[in-house]
Amino acid sequence: MIKTQTLTKNYSGLLAVDGISFSVEPGEVLGFLGPNGAGKSTTMRMIAGFITPTSGSASICGHDIAAEPLAAKSALGYLPEGAPSYGEMTVGGFLDFIADLRSLAGAVRKTRLEYVTARLELEPVLEQSIETLSKGFKRRVGLAQAIVHDPKVLILDEPTDGLDPVQKHQVRALISEIARDKTIVISTHILEEVDAVCTRAIIIARGKIVADDTPAGLKSLAPSGRLDDVFRTVAA
Amino acid sequence: MSPVRTILRRELRSYFATPIAYVFLIIFLLFLNLFAFQIGRIYESGQSELSAFFTFHPWLYLIFIPAVSMRFWAEERNSGSIELLLTQPVTLWQAVIAKFLAGWIFVAIALALTFPIWITINYLGSPDNGTIFASYLGSFFMAGAYLAIGSFMSALTRSQVIAFILSFLVCFLLVMAGFPLVMDWVRDWAWPWLVDGLGALSIYSHFENIIKGVLDLRDVLYFALLGAFFLLASAAVLDARKSS
Repeated sequence: MIKTQTLTKNYSGLLAVDGISFSVEPGEVLGFLGPNGAGKSTTMRMIAGFITPTSGSASICGHDIAAEPLAAKSALGYLPEGAPSYGEMTVGGFLDFIADLRSLAGAVRKTRLEYVTARLELEPVLEQSIETLSKGFKRRVGLAQAIVHDPKVLILDEPTDGLDPVQKHQVRALISEIARDKTIVISTHILEEVDAVCTRAIIIARGKIVADDTPAGLKSLAPSGRLDDVFRTVAA
Repeated sequence: MSPVRTILRRELRSYFATPIAYVFLIIFLLFLNLFAFQIGRIYESGQSELSAFFTFHPWLYLIFIPAVSMRFWAEERNSGSIELLLTQPVTLWQAVIAKFLAGWIFVAIALALTFPIWITINYLGSPDNGTIFASYLGSFFMAGAYLAIGSFMSALTRSQVIAFILSFLVCFLLVMAGFPLVMDWVRDWAWPWLVDGLGALSIYSHFENIIKGVLDLRDVLYFALLGAFFLLASAAVLDARKSS
């Protein structure tokens, strides 16, 4: 599970994230919504331990990210915004590198690498260097990297950005498939994604949580019953 | 496998993933031999020793080492891969050490490839091979200190060019600090303790001791401390940038 407590990030005067508290339980897929610059990525980066909060705390599976960073990071699979990786590496070499860092060995390692390669359809590009890949492939390499160690908690920053409709559908199916016993947070600005995969959604604007409900509950906030109307109203 | 070894292996492979590393090695060897034979005149001097060859190391490293270390962190930050790396279960310190060691191994390869000059001098005469070995060791330690300075500068910026220039400048000042020309000038106006302090900080004077054949523990310790200080500073800078 994920728990954050009054998570705050102040970039020398600019309050990017302003006291965000929430918790996500196993089995939940939380959609993180909000206009650009609302603080979605900053929040995710603080939970993943890439940036240090100005105040407040975050924990993954009970491990505080500041006090026990290695235990917390071991339980987490994280796809950073833009799915960065090492361009000069081949896809296969990159996944091997991550498997090494995740201490995967023996039969488990083989099974997991085969699973992510097959599930994200990476076989045809395994020997290709990452910088030569299309945006869609790069994103799927990033996803493969995030789930290769079968983490209990997944944080995916815009997992379907840059994918075509078929690939989007596949990634959503993958998320739903692995969601049963996992705690998942995905950020997105595609509202249809919330309907497709999320069991709950949080809308943040100007660094604060402005709505936190099931997709159905959120829709009922607008007379029209449409998610984008709700989004426009609360995020404005 | 430990994270340090995993990252070290990845780094070292990335050097050789493009032809740049090979071009670099060739240029390094070309320049070093050119200096040694054309300017150092080790052939014409009639002396069977290599100090004229080693004298150029502090100067050549000014260009060569910052070019190796500039990518350590600046490139990671620029491409965003730093976020991927530092959200894996590794500590900052492990990543700093791994990158440094990969660079050091690369320099060791470059240094090892200068072996023909050692063979040549043994063919031409009978040099003191103990001194030559000590000089190689000293040069290797000096390279480590340069790399650590470069690691720190690379952690400061996302621009490899700026990292290169800053590393060059700091190393240049540390080399020049012990040069007689500079020391004499400083002696004219500065307090004696400042002159001594400056001399003690100099890369050049410590390296000069070693290539004269005096492998003093203090000179080795100097390079080790200089390296350790800047590696710790690299980790501190990276950690501070997480909170900025």
